[in-house]
Amino acid sequence: MKNINIKQMFLDGILYKNPVLVQLLGLCSVLAVTTSISNGIGMGAAATVVLICSNLLISLLRKYIPKQVRIAAYIVIISGFVTAVELLIKAFLPALDASLGVFIPLIVVNCMILARAEAFASKNKPLPSIIDGLAMGVGYTVALVAISAVRELLGAGTLMGIHVLPDSYEPMLIAILPPGGFIILGCLIALTQKIISSRDEKLKSVAEKTTAEIEEKEAEVNVG
Amino acid sequence: MLADIFVLMLSAVLIENFIFSRFMGCCPFLGVSEKPDTALGMGCAVIFVMTLASAACNVVYNFILVPFGLEYLYTIAFILVIAALVQFIEMFLRKAVPSLYNALGIYLPLITTNCAVLGAVILNMQKYSDMARGDSFIFSVLFGFFAAVGFTLAIVIFAGVRARMEYGDPPKAFKGMPIALVAAGLIAMAFSGFSGTTIG
Repeated sequence: MKNINIKQMFLDGILYKNPVLVQLLGLCSVLAVTTSISNGIGMGAAATVVLICSNLLISLLRKYIPKQVRIAAYIVIISGFVTAVELLIKAFLPALDASLGVFIPLIVVNCMILARAEAFASKNKPLPSIIDGLAMGVGYTVALVAISAVRELLGAGTLMGIHVLPDSYEPMLIAILPPGGFIILGCLIALTQKIISSRDEKLKSVAEKTTAEIEEKEAEVNVG
Repeated sequence: MLADIFVLMLSAVLIENFIFSRFMGCCPFLGVSEKPDTALGMGCAVIFVMTLASAACNVVYNFILVPFGLEYLYTIAFILVIAALVQFIEMFLRKAVPSLYNALGIYLPLITTNCAVLGAVILNMQKYSDMARGDSFIFSVLFGFFAAVGFTLAIVIFAGVRARMEYGDPPKAFKGMPIALVAAGLIAMAFSGFSGTTIG
């Protein structure tokens, strides 16, 4: 039972309730850092670490934080972890720090983290909260990597800095520039909606389908 | 000085527009842009808060964090200043200017988690903290104000476009947010026309 729950949580985080592509949270950082895959992975990892830590602490403190000031308390907890992550990145990954720049401190106001604190960690025990943080963080990272892969491939003809498209390919610079970010994100969200709605339809219309199949067969028989 | 301010205004409003070239404040940009009226209300609230937050955070940074050597705590300090400021503005407006409170009321709490405000004060800190204190204060406030004007310009234009989009008939999967994002991309393309401009 527990295993099924964990699997479901990860499926939700990565696809059906993906924080970026379905819930549309934290779009500022998504659009800003997805110019290359390495940036996407770095940002995703940083946000995931912050999300897991803040979910854990908020879940542990959920009975002690007064309801009226909970948002302020969450923001202070989150900003503490963000500062720690920022200093660690500055110390050990200066190149990542240079390319993400101001968007590392801005993880504080990433709506995804506050939303998980409010919707999940403040109501659940520490262990599920950690798993939820991990699942949502992985979903966020997957979305970032998907968007940055498309943008990097179209905009520079590379993946992870390695040339994959032939030299005759003229890089579409617009994909790396801001307009491309908006348009490619829009297309990926449309794709996700398509996948989810087709799955819903599949689940809902099993009965309809069987009748449709029967009708089709009858039609075939008639034609034959 | 005056020329510097003019350059600052042009670059903050048009060339490095907060939404279309820096991607800050995208959440309210996409969330509160269904109607031009509400978009304008949100924009005014952001102008108000961002100007005051730039001033307050500049003072906090120069007179509290720097003297005590606590610069590395800037994220926590700034977000607390912004949260407190938003709360204070809300209470002050409710008592003193009820009409303005009614107009901005619902947008004010949202601004605490608007990354444009935190982003603006962090950019101010990075850009202007080396200057003399007086200059740094003036430029921070002006940058906050003009960046918020740029945000308002973007959100109002986008709300206008979105109102027209109601009549469109996009493919089913594109309904709602995806087509809005594509439209935002097209507006961003128009704004990127400014990006090659260098002045000063």
